[in-house]
Amino acid sequence: MSTTVMKYEEALARFEPVLGIETHIELGTRSKMFCGCPTAFGAEPNTQVCPVCLGLPGSLPVTNKAAIEGIIKIGLALNCDIVEWCRFARKNYFYPDMPKNYQISQYDEPLCVDGHLDVEVDGTTFRIEIERVHMEEDTGKSLHVGGATGRIHGADHSLVDYNRAGIPLVEIVTKPITATGEKAPLVAKAYATELRELVRSLGVSEVRMEHGSMRCDVNVSLMPRGASEWGTRTETKNVNSLRSVERAVRSEIERQAAVLDAGGKIVQETRHFHEDSGTTTSGRSKEEAQDYRYFPEPDLVPMAPSREWVEELRASLPELPAARRRRVQGEWGLSDLELRDVVNAGALDLIEETVRAGTDPGAARKWWMNELSRRATEQNVELADLAITPQQVARIQAMVDAKELNDKLARKVFEGVLAGEGTPDEVVAARGLKVVSDDGALAAIIDQVIADNADVADKVRGGKVAAAGALVGAVMKASRGQADAGRARELILEKLGVS
Amino acid sequence: MSAITRDEVAHLARLSRLALGDDELDHLAAQLDQIISAVARVQEVAAEDIPPTSHALPLTNVYRSDENRPSLTPEQALSGAPAAEDQRFRVPRILGEEA
Ligand SMILES: [Zn+2]
Repeated sequence: MSTTVMKYEEALARFEPVLGIETHIELGTRSKMFCGCPTAFGAEPNTQVCPVCLGLPGSLPVTNKAAIEGIIKIGLALNCDIVEWCRFARKNYFYPDMPKNYQISQYDEPLCVDGHLDVEVDGTTFRIEIERVHMEEDTGKSLHVGGATGRIHGADHSLVDYNRAGIPLVEIVTKPITATGEKAPLVAKAYATELRELVRSLGVSEVRMEHGSMRCDVNVSLMPRGASEWGTRTETKNVNSLRSVERAVRSEIERQAAVLDAGGKIVQETRHFHEDSGTTTSGRSKEEAQDYRYFPEPDLVPMAPSREWVEELRASLPELPAARRRRVQGEWGLSDLELRDVVNAGALDLIEETVRAGTDPGAARKWWMNELSRRATEQNVELADLAITPQQVARIQAMVDAKELNDKLARKVFEGVLAGEGTPDEVVAARGLKVVSDDGALAAIIDQVIADNADVADKVRGGKVAAAGALVGAVMKASRGQADAGRARELILEKLGVS
Repeated sequence: MSAITRDEVAHLARLSRLALGDDELDHLAAQLDQIISAVARVQEVAAEDIPPTSHALPLTNVYRSDENRPSLTPEQALSGAPAAEDQRFRVPRILGEEA
């Protein structure tokens, strides 16, 4: 089934998008939200379950304090107010991913409210207002069997693993994001990126979208330019990478614009994003599904976080990403553009750790942004996933600083380390990559080079010192790059009597 | 004026995936109406200055520390399941929704 779309530029010329983003983040606590089951990712099915998270009769939930600390930290980092009193609520629905037939969540009394997060796109800052941050529990995972695609349509039955059921889940809901115009998809991506960085800096979640520990639902609506009333919105689920956030917004804008252009109506519905095609398809419509009959959770007493506790947690917050970027920009002397490149390459942590291991910021940035970025692109992996640590980069640069390696040899050491040949020192030893600055060893090579290039040598003797460069090049080649080029030049000029 | 309409009962049945026939709806709507009306009498004694109560105990902030407790074995976990397959709970497909 193909969907009619309007060209993006035309859609944006005629319509103004309004976005809303709901993000779910699994907290990295040792135990689940309401029971002591472990939370390890990828465990064998139904090995991390107990009467509480299976909803067996007679079991009672008890709130995990570390999860509440985690969500309060997230709320504070998002500039939210932490409410003085709130309750959990039961969200009732009939679906086998929750064995209790309800999910413990929060309804009209979220723990954190009214925050904001600033994000930057192409040098412009957009303030994303946060409506609420609330605490809930994750659901189990269903596997649909019998259908060709693993989706429920056509499936005979479903197989459910409840390991994930009950893992602490924080939901972060933005207020409507307006006035982003054609930058809407980039603003959405920038928000998800910044939120991930922020939560990661707090150390409360791994925020790995590929593991599902961070998941985004993206609401999009369009209104004709100049109109004041928002259009009907759709909610796109299943958006599981930062790039997909951008693509999902863009594809919904193109699709909705075509529907509206043809005189059609947008149906308020859930849509599913497809990673392969970058488009969305219709899921269930909201009217029939969204009746969760929330009521206060009788099994859990209200939360009333004391102001002392909240201030204690506020004082414990680490340096947040925005402040950190401003600091390193000053310390490393970067332009706005250079900083943006470093951030976009995912190199900030890596460079900072390399600097911490003793490397000059300029050298650290050079290796990560040039040599290693190139190799990451070649291997089609993130910079952070390369098989080299900042400490190893610092060790290689230390050898360059000590003139034991030149840049060319250093690149060979990087190659060796990335190929799994060992530590930098092991690679240097195994490949014999030390710079030859020992005069005796160099002299033998130089004598041979002068003999082989008598005409060039004569020009140098005759006063054309610039021609010595060719001899230095020949020495480097003969030594397979291992000669100390500066020392070789001195020795050549000395031998030819022009120094 | 009834406390719950036949349409509301039908809606709740649909949400709960219960297939109720017309006579069952007639029967249950009347019964539920009586039950709700009886329970609603409690509201008559609630004065204006009494806030709705959700919890019987005047407690707040009951937390546990983030420590692991033994889980069930998969065999124990699945022992009460109507059906199991591949160490998972086997359930009928639920149409009309996709998780
Ligand atoms: Zn459990």
